[in-house]
Amino acid sequence: MSADLTELYQQVILDHNRRPRNRGKLPTANRVAHGDNPSCGDQCSVYLRMDGDRIAEISFDGSGCAISQASASLMTTQAKGKTGPAVHALYKNFHNIVTTGNAPEEISDLAAFAGVHSFPARIKCATLGWHAALEAMKSDPLPTTTESHLD
Amino acid sequence: MPSWKNVRADFPILHQQVHGKPLVYLDNGATAQKPRAVIDALVHYYERDNSNVHRGLHALSMRATDGYEGARARIAKFINAADPAEIIFTRGTTESINLVARSWGQAHLKPGDIVLATEIEHHSNLVPWQQAARASGATLKYLPVLGADGEGGLDLAALDHLLTPQVKLFAFTHISNTLGTIIPAAEFCRRARAVGAVTVIDAAQSIGHTPLDVQALGADFVAFSGHKMCGPTGIGVLYGRRALLDKLAPDETGGGMVVNVTYEGATWKPTPERFEAGTPNVADAIALGVACDYLDALGREHIAAHDAVLARVAMEKLSTLPGIRIIGPRVGAERSGLVSFAFADVHAHDIVTFADEDGVALRGGHHCNQPLMRKLGLTSTTRASFYLYNTEEEIDRLVAALRRTLTFFVGT
Ligand SMILES: Cc1ncc(COP(=O)(O)O)c(C=O)c1O
Repeated sequence: MSADLTELYQQVILDHNRRPRNRGKLPTANRVAHGDNPSCGDQCSVYLRMDGDRIAEISFDGSGCAISQASASLMTTQAKGKTGPAVHALYKNFHNIVTTGNAPEEISDLAAFAGVHSFPARIKCATLGWHAALEAMKSDPLPTTTESHLD
Repeated sequence: MPSWKNVRADFPILHQQVHGKPLVYLDNGATAQKPRAVIDALVHYYERDNSNVHRGLHALSMRATDGYEGARARIAKFINAADPAEIIFTRGTTESINLVARSWGQAHLKPGDIVLATEIEHHSNLVPWQQAARASGATLKYLPVLGADGEGGLDLAALDHLLTPQVKLFAFTHISNTLGTIIPAAEFCRRARAVGAVTVIDAAQSIGHTPLDVQALGADFVAFSGHKMCGPTGIGVLYGRRALLDKLAPDETGGGMVVNVTYEGATWKPTPERFEAGTPNVADAIALGVACDYLDALGREHIAAHDAVLARVAMEKLSTLPGIRIIGPRVGAERSGLVSFAFADVHAHDIVTFADEDGVALRGGHHCNQPLMRKLGLTSTTRASFYLYNTEEEIDRLVAALRRTLTFFVGT
């Protein structure tokens, strides 16, 4: 396997793809947003329970390639407990990693996505879940009886 | 029978390495490669004959006009149209279908009418009909596809009760770009005619792969793209039966398609000029005529047989892969030269990325068939689509690439 491909499919990514974290609908969600990659059909919904400006709970649901699913899974683990501005800052770092391949030392797990930059067509796979999360934070709160929305 | 080994020598692009491996091009359903003769025709035109058509009286303009109109006649012969005036040059299948949907749809569809399509249509033979139905108040209905994997083909029994006299137009594909199913187009045309419905055939996947005779089919409109039949991109054809075209209003208007223009209005030229406003795509039309020569020299019936052999070998070898789900006709049943498949645990895009590293070009995604994918409970498939220059050894390269990908992701 080439160095580029080994870089792309890091162990961390494979692990999140096989055993996604925080996957499925969140019954207590008060925000939701859906992201699509129309060209490839990848889909990702992100569910949030915002507590003020803080993400108290988060989950994702969807289908797509290993990169998109692992990235959404890892995103949920990183965003949980953070405030809106902190998630925006994280996304900025992540975007920088996948577009340049340069990962600052302190950004441990997100650095696994550095290999994406050698595959420009896959950048939108890696950012799909993040976009849905940022959209969800901006979205209007769901009505308090959320069940019908989440079915 | 043509020597398929020699055929490969006609295609310069095939002789290259991708990621250090000899290229195996299996994305012919998306676009076909071009033989030297077609590339040469483009170069020759721009080096020797380039000029505008139908207006100049100088030597170059006459050569360009002869070339362009010669290509029209050549294509008429290629599909056995009764008259070259039945060949309208467009950008491709999509534009051809949109032209019918707008021009014919606007003139003929009204509330209460039904447009019949099928569940397996490419977006380009589906969305224009949604738009035409919306604009006219007509209803769009779909002929169902049968089987959990679409293996049962279109539901011929349902056709009986769907094809009512309310159906004004029946649009269907000749060969499915996702399932590989070959549709009994002549029978569909016959049954549509019996209720007075106009037929539109999407021949994008069949035109370069099998003999196609519009008169034998009894088709009213046929749409196809040059780039899927070894011709250039940016050129395609709408065939329309003369009697229908003569009564059809133009879609686009402007230069080249008018007889007399005053400040108050204009009158239209007859078909085909009426439907070709503005400077046409002369170079690509001429090169498309050369692609017709190329395919006919080999014989489309031989190409169809070659496709069928590759599809059979691919079906046999792919079915041995653990966990594979192949959609479309089953092993042994008739299918065109393409195979779409999915694995529960490995996504199409990851497969395409891995195969690419092995030099194998595949397509992964929904193939512009989102409603069909949804019906089959899929979001994407991987598609290997074959053409005249592909070989059985290339199928072995495909299978090896898939095995490597499965080992990596699933460990089997
Ligand atoms: C069955 C079918 N119809 C229509 C099209 C659209 O062709 P084009 O993009 O050349 O207009 C395609 C090409 O992907 C196709 O496979």
